[in-house]
Amino acid sequence: MRSALDIAQSVRAGGSARAAVEATVAAVAARNEELNVFLHVDADAALAEADAIDARVAAGEDPGILAGVPVAIKDNICQTGVPTTCSSKILEGWRPPYNATVIDRLRAAGAIPFGKTNLDEFAMGSSTENSAFGPTRNPLDPSRVPGGSSGGSAAAVAANMTPLSLGSDTGGSIRQPAALCGLVGVKPTYGLVSRYGLIAFASSLDQIGPFAHSVTDAALLLEAISGHDPLDSTSLPEPAPSLVAHVNDGVAGKRVAWVRELVEGADESVVASVEKAREALRDAGATIVELSIPELRLGLSAYYLIAPAEASSNLARYDGVRFGQRVDGEDVTAMMEATRTAGFGAEVKRRIMLGTYALSAGYFDAYYGQALKVRTLMIEAFSRAYGEADMLLGATTPSVAFEFGSKTKDPMAMYLSDVFTIPTNLAGDAAISVPVGTGEAGLPIGVQLLGPGRSEASLFAAARVLEKAEGRS
Amino acid sequence: MSADLTREDVIKVAALARLRLTDAEVDLFRDQLAAVLGHADDLASLGADNVAPTAHPFGLTNVLREDVIRPSVDRDIVLAAAPDAQDGRFGVPRIVGEAP
Repeated sequence: MRSALDIAQSVRAGGSARAAVEATVAAVAARNEELNVFLHVDADAALAEADAIDARVAAGEDPGILAGVPVAIKDNICQTGVPTTCSSKILEGWRPPYNATVIDRLRAAGAIPFGKTNLDEFAMGSSTENSAFGPTRNPLDPSRVPGGSSGGSAAAVAANMTPLSLGSDTGGSIRQPAALCGLVGVKPTYGLVSRYGLIAFASSLDQIGPFAHSVTDAALLLEAISGHDPLDSTSLPEPAPSLVAHVNDGVAGKRVAWVRELVEGADESVVASVEKAREALRDAGATIVELSIPELRLGLSAYYLIAPAEASSNLARYDGVRFGQRVDGEDVTAMMEATRTAGFGAEVKRRIMLGTYALSAGYFDAYYGQALKVRTLMIEAFSRAYGEADMLLGATTPSVAFEFGSKTKDPMAMYLSDVFTIPTNLAGDAAISVPVGTGEAGLPIGVQLLGPGRSEASLFAAARVLEKAEGRS
Repeated sequence: MSADLTREDVIKVAALARLRLTDAEVDLFRDQLAAVLGHADDLASLGADNVAPTAHPFGLTNVLREDVIRPSVDRDIVLAAAPDAQDGRFGVPRIVGEAP
């Protein structure tokens, strides 16, 4: 399919935004029933937005760096006029009264938000099997999962429905599905992209980011949506960084650390892809060092206390009073219990229970309090590593895309598929997954580059080196 | 400590979280939560007594903005999304019991 950069350049020069949206409408019609990518599509509204873009260009205006580019939106990002469900029955039918900042930023850049994509309920999961509206299938092999929780957004791009999409990454929910679908996926520095209008799962970890086929397209989208937002009190104070201009900066003179804990336990083919990436970066002029960061092994345990604790608090708002579904009860407590019991799926209940337990009297210090200390240890360990290297290299996921049902019976097995991505969220840092090599059944493998906060430009440049080494110009 | 997680603990936590569980769910969640908490026991053995906790990656405090009036969502639009609204307020079932 045409790249986002190509579409935007063409539309800005008088090409047709309508044609770009029509291509998306046709691709969705061809495969959405099979893959279950979109929960909601309003093709007429998107075509009307495209016509407005074309009219502006005809009138001599420049709509922006994403002119006429359709962008699929994860259905935990609020957009007025269409439902936002978080793939949960508890929000079924709800229409948000305001736009997320990223929706306004997309339109300010000339992009066209196109449809709401499936996810694991409230972004809790790693396979999109936890959706109340059925699983999404991996476009590269429909017998396998696309990853999650942003599985619909990954599948939209992998199936060439839209050139770009937005997901959210709390413990790997962009990078893991990007790896499993053969895409570039980015978890930006915490605070780089406004969370205003992103329905909260774990507020100290959540971050919106891009999916794309290429590093340049991902940079284009991230540049359009980032920058300070006064509506998000955790938003970084500075404007959007310049990313596209630096994607070809290369890695000459950069120090890249191969990190033992970011490959251990991964399948042989995944380890081989990381080796391949290491050689490509070395060939491009980077200095390779090897590091061990044992604290990273604590990430999974700390995450599965901190994220559920925050979720148990954030999801208390779904009580049948102000929005969403209500199931009646004889008094207010009975109504709330009936509503939440009927509205939430099993994984959401499991995490609310886990978080409530970790925060409850008598267990707070041992679980939640201890996890916050581990978070400090992890940040300090990353900080030491970034004294010895400019960026870290490892795997994104332990394996290629897995088959439906293979991990649903055992939550811990599912949680382990995020073991390499979680540490970045705990530290608030940036990371990118880029496809390098293939594994079982020819399925793609993602290699991960991690950097300190605000290091996106260097990470994109390094990812671009790997993309070129793989023969994708 | 997680091996000690009992059915009663699960029932108590469910009540705190405003969730009702079937007997089968209580057993299932007991086993699954114990497995996750078993991993967390690794953290307890770290001896991080002198480490400060991190609740937020960049430790932002007292984020201020200009005190400027901006439009907010109209009350009628907000109430229209509620399952029940009466007289400009959210409607809920009875909160307090009958007088004895």
